[in-house]
Amino acid sequence: MNNILELKNIDKIYGTDIKTQVLYDINLSFEQGSFNSIIGQSGSGKSTLLNIIGTLDKPTSGEVLIDNNNVGNMSNNKLAAIRNRMIGFVFQFHYLLPEFTALENVLMPYEIKGGKITKEIVKKAEEYLSLVGLDNVKNNLATKMSGGQQQRTAIARALINEPKIILADEPTGNLDSDSTENIYELLRKINQEIGTTFIIITHDRKIAEKTDRIIEIKDGRINLDIRK
Amino acid sequence: MRLGYKIAVRFLKSNKGQTLLIILGIAIGVSVQIFIGSLIQGLQKSLVEKTIGNSSQITISSNMDDKIISDYDKLLTDIETADDNIKEISVAADYPAFLEYSENSQSILIRGFEIDKADGIYNFIESIEDGTYPRNDNEIILGVDLKKEYGIQLNDEIKLITTNQDTVMCKVVGFFDLKVSSLNKNWGITTLSTAQNIFDIGNTITSIEIQVKEAAVFTADEVADKIIEKIDNNNLKVENWKVQNEQLLSGLQGQSISSIMIQVFVLISVVLGIASVLAITVIQKSRQIGILKAMGIKNSSTSYVFLFEGLILGMFGAILGIILGLGLSLAFTKFALNPDGTPVIALYISYPFILVSGLIAVVSSVLAALIPAVKSSKLNPIDIIRNN
Ligand SMILES: Nc1ncnc2c1ncn2[C@@H]1O[C@H](COP(=O)(O)OP(=O)(O)OP(=O)(O)O)[C@@H](O)[C@H]1O
Ligand SMILES: [Mg+2]
Repeated sequence: MNNILELKNIDKIYGTDIKTQVLYDINLSFEQGSFNSIIGQSGSGKSTLLNIIGTLDKPTSGEVLIDNNNVGNMSNNKLAAIRNRMIGFVFQFHYLLPEFTALENVLMPYEIKGGKITKEIVKKAEEYLSLVGLDNVKNNLATKMSGGQQQRTAIARALINEPKIILADEPTGNLDSDSTENIYELLRKINQEIGTTFIIITHDRKIAEKTDRIIEIKDGRINLDIRK
Repeated sequence: MRLGYKIAVRFLKSNKGQTLLIILGIAIGVSVQIFIGSLIQGLQKSLVEKTIGNSSQITISSNMDDKIISDYDKLLTDIETADDNIKEISVAADYPAFLEYSENSQSILIRGFEIDKADGIYNFIESIEDGTYPRNDNEIILGVDLKKEYGIQLNDEIKLITTNQDTVMCKVVGFFDLKVSSLNKNWGITTLSTAQNIFDIGNTITSIEIQVKEAAVFTADEVADKIIEKIDNNNLKVENWKVQNEQLLSGLQGQSISSIMIQVFVLISVVLGIASVLAITVIQKSRQIGILKAMGIKNSSTSYVFLFEGLILGMFGAILGIILGLGLSLAFTKFALNPDGTPVIALYISYPFILVSGLIAVVSSVLAALIPAVKSSKLNPIDIIRNN
């Protein structure tokens, strides 16, 4: 299987005067269509790593290759296009646009891509929304939904451009265990049906154990890398 | 751009109170600008109209001792073709004389006109209060002030004594009111041929008086220069109203400058207002901008969001401001009235000026949005994602 994602010798140092190194020489590669989890203690560097993978943050040194393209020297616009087409984000804190409805939020990455709103794309967005069980609240403003509903809207939004990679940072961080279970089943289903690569940060060992590969970060280094 | 516009509209709609407040702010600025501009322009127009509307704007007279201009027919055709902006041309034979009526006497300026031509400049016929205008030889009209002072009646005969001690009797056929008391006291208006006869000067005149078209009033000096060039005669002197009314002109200029100053400061305060509110909006919306950037929106597109906000606010503000400004102006001309029902100050409503005021508001709103636009394009999404 070919690697959709490769990290080579990633270091991340925060600060200019007082330097804190957060990541030490990380080397990782992810296969297309794989379902991965990252675990580790709070402050170990998981979010930092995920943000670097997602081109939101830049490593202090090292290379990130997405689909065999080095993103290090790309312009801001090029990176924006990669984020828009290749990557879907699900953040821990939902991050929906409160001025827009659930449906409009789901359509937003498509509109950023420059797509015109047609009946077909609206239908597709509605399908994703019903896939995550939000048929009856799709026209609610983001602020008029529960935390779990916002979370699921964010997942539908991550899917709309059919990205090759979905990066999820504690996507079930503040959900009850039933909802958490549902969300993971949903992600798994998408992984199996569409073949999307998933990298999911979680605190929940039970959830991590259901994934194909568990990567444990400890103090900025890879402590464990277990594949099933 | 389309998405930038859509997001801008949504942001504005989702914060209606703030949006309306900015629009109102812009509108008040624009309406004050329109009102003050119309007021000052109206004031200046009526002042200029009062000062030179019914008088000679360019006057040609002789430099010679006898003050006489003979052979003036060719001169008139030359003047007529000198410039397109010349509206009225009238010749005059002016001489001082002594007026005697019963026991009273005073000096008076006899002005001999071709009445129909001179009427184009002075509007005599309309300003005659009593009687008619002189048509035949030895008919004269006097000012209402003389009528009052000496009790002169219509059709009375008055005696005129020239500087050569010739005596002529004239019949008073009317009384005029030119609204300037020195003219009403000192002018006696008669036909050109009567004046030429009284003063025994043959077919000559002493001055040519000219009015220019309204649009050229303030460039009367240029018209005068063209006339000088065309007639090319050193014995003739060409004067224009701008030289004779320097004080009025500098007064008008001062007024214009202060009006522009007021408008500039109104504009600056509007721009600062919009810029500061939009700067706050960037901070209010930084989370949204961060999310959009994480989803791959281009930096330029987030700039468009704020530029469109500026444009939309500016346009609505300008439209509302024009409505308010026109309303205010109309109310002023309707309700601030003299006892006779005419407005205290006739505002000058100039549509090009209003349009320009509106456009300036729109342009400056967009300019004011530049700072927040640049700010938003520099916003780094990782700062939002990391610092939730
Ligand atoms: N901007 C920053 N400047 C300096 N240090 C930072 C900055 N951002 C994060 N850090 C530090 O980097 C380390 C890793 O942070 P990171 O957010 O990646 O941890 P995490 O593994 O995601 O933790 P959690 O499970 O609590 O989310 C932490 O020790 C944190 O204090
Ligand atoms: Mg984290």
